[in-house]
Amino acid sequence: MIFDTVKNILVDKFGTEVIVTEEKEQKQPALIINPDLIEQVCLTLRDHPDTWFDFLSCLSAIDYGVEAQKFGIVYHLSSIIKNHQIVLKVIQTNNRNEDNLPVFKSVSSVYKAAEWHEREAFDMIGVTFENHPDLRRILLPDDWEGYPIRKDYQPAEFYHNIKIEM
Amino acid sequence: MDKTLNNLHQEALNRYQTKINSVSAEEMVLNLGPQHPSTHGVLRLELITDGEIVKEVIPHLGYLHRCFEKHSEALNYGQIIPYTDRMDYLASMNNNHAFVMGVERMLGIEKEIPKRVEYIRVLVCELNRIASHLIAIGTYGIDIGAFTPFLWCFRDREHIMNMLEWASGARMLYNYIWVGGLFYDIPVGFEDRCEEFVAYFKPKMKELNELLTDNQIFISRTANIGVLPLDVAINYGCSGPMLRGSGLKYDLRRVDEYSVYPEIDFEVPYAKGEIGTVGDCWNRYKVRIDEIAESLKIIEQCVEKLKKEHKRTKDFDPRALVPKKTVPKAQDFYIRAENPKGEIGFYFTADGRSDKPFRVKSRGPSFSNLSVISEISKGVMIADLVAIIGSLDIVLGEVDR
Repeated sequence: MIFDTVKNILVDKFGTEVIVTEEKEQKQPALIINPDLIEQVCLTLRDHPDTWFDFLSCLSAIDYGVEAQKFGIVYHLSSIIKNHQIVLKVIQTNNRNEDNLPVFKSVSSVYKAAEWHEREAFDMIGVTFENHPDLRRILLPDDWEGYPIRKDYQPAEFYHNIKIEM
Repeated sequence: MDKTLNNLHQEALNRYQTKINSVSAEEMVLNLGPQHPSTHGVLRLELITDGEIVKEVIPHLGYLHRCFEKHSEALNYGQIIPYTDRMDYLASMNNNHAFVMGVERMLGIEKEIPKRVEYIRVLVCELNRIASHLIAIGTYGIDIGAFTPFLWCFRDREHIMNMLEWASGARMLYNYIWVGGLFYDIPVGFEDRCEEFVAYFKPKMKELNELLTDNQIFISRTANIGVLPLDVAINYGCSGPMLRGSGLKYDLRRVDEYSVYPEIDFEVPYAKGEIGTVGDCWNRYKVRIDEIAESLKIIEQCVEKLKKEHKRTKDFDPRALVPKKTVPKAQDFYIRAENPKGEIGFYFTADGRSDKPFRVKSRGPSFSNLSVISEISKGVMIADLVAIIGSLDIVLGEVDR
């Protein structure tokens, strides 16, 4: 099974600390990866002849709720040649203060597709990415305040003195 | 603005500002869009040009952002389906289908769906796929300067719109495929109307090919323009006709074998480079033309099945399996399916207690397909850039969501 193959490849290369935990009982089993290593992990999985994960299907950022104080990024990788898929997650705790946004490693050097997905994640959830070539907002205006898909987001009442009708 | 921005954000903004401000005297910054017919919606491209040559393209999105993901967190699964209609509004059925499939798999009822329901779903999806490709082809023609194909495509698309309106009650935003079933069974006589349409439409495609596909002017405008190499396409997450236009035979209908596609006989068209280079605008366009022919084949097979094997019976209720309350177990689940534009994906997070998703992230194919534009339009002419945008076949409703 591809899940175990990936696990063995990663543990062989980076040691046991690369995998924080795993969610195996799910329909789509996921590996929780050490946030510092995610870029190298993606590069390894992309170029390894047994895995060949060349296609980043989706990159989603998640706010796990106000009590949880956790933010996560979920990577859905798939291999076109080998026809298999894997889910990787990285999770960080954060105190939800907007002056102290969680910082993840960008994978845009491995998958160019991640570039816009990471911009969207920053725009919507307020997670930042180190070494991202162009971390501007993508869907909202550059001077928008707040990160709308956070669970505690309060809708803005005014934008440039224009009342926002609800 | 009073609030201090995040450092990384501020740095990126400064880099962007410096780039725009430091253009030389020969260069010019030109805005293409957001109100420009050839950008296929409200896309704004900021071009740094040197005469007629495009040196750099900076896309600006978000003019059609309608907070799909935020809305989804406040609605239950059935109520989100109309919102998926409005993502790729030219292929609403396909969006419905992908979303519904994801929810059904989370509930674990995907094996119980009656075959008749699945065949109807595939039938309406393929009709909608043809309609979407007709828009892509017609508007592409008009981008290049060919007016007649546009009118012909819209004339033929109108038949599909009327048929789907007959089935669902709406012309474009159907809300027809529901979790566990359908809104209604197809109306009596729908199968015959499909057959009539296929018989009518096949010669029309031949005419369209003579008018546009083999037209020397059209070929000169599109062949060898905007070549997208396969490795770049994969790395940028391009999918659908973009990926197949770069010469890869890859279709999720065949790869994932969802719904009843494994029982249906059809080919996956991909670019072979008969004209121009594999991966250029003409080849992307040709993949769409070939896909229409394959969709017609699928429709014929579905109609036959619906007339014989899975006939309409008196006690057939397409809503029999529609759950009263959709509460999936706590899990996260990613579903992907082949939309006319490429891989549409929904990433659900369910908390196991509520009938509303904790989070829905949607991966629109147009979003990833559009991200490659700055890469393939370096050093092209402005007129060719218009040809490239048209060949991407983006729908801004889906890019911005």
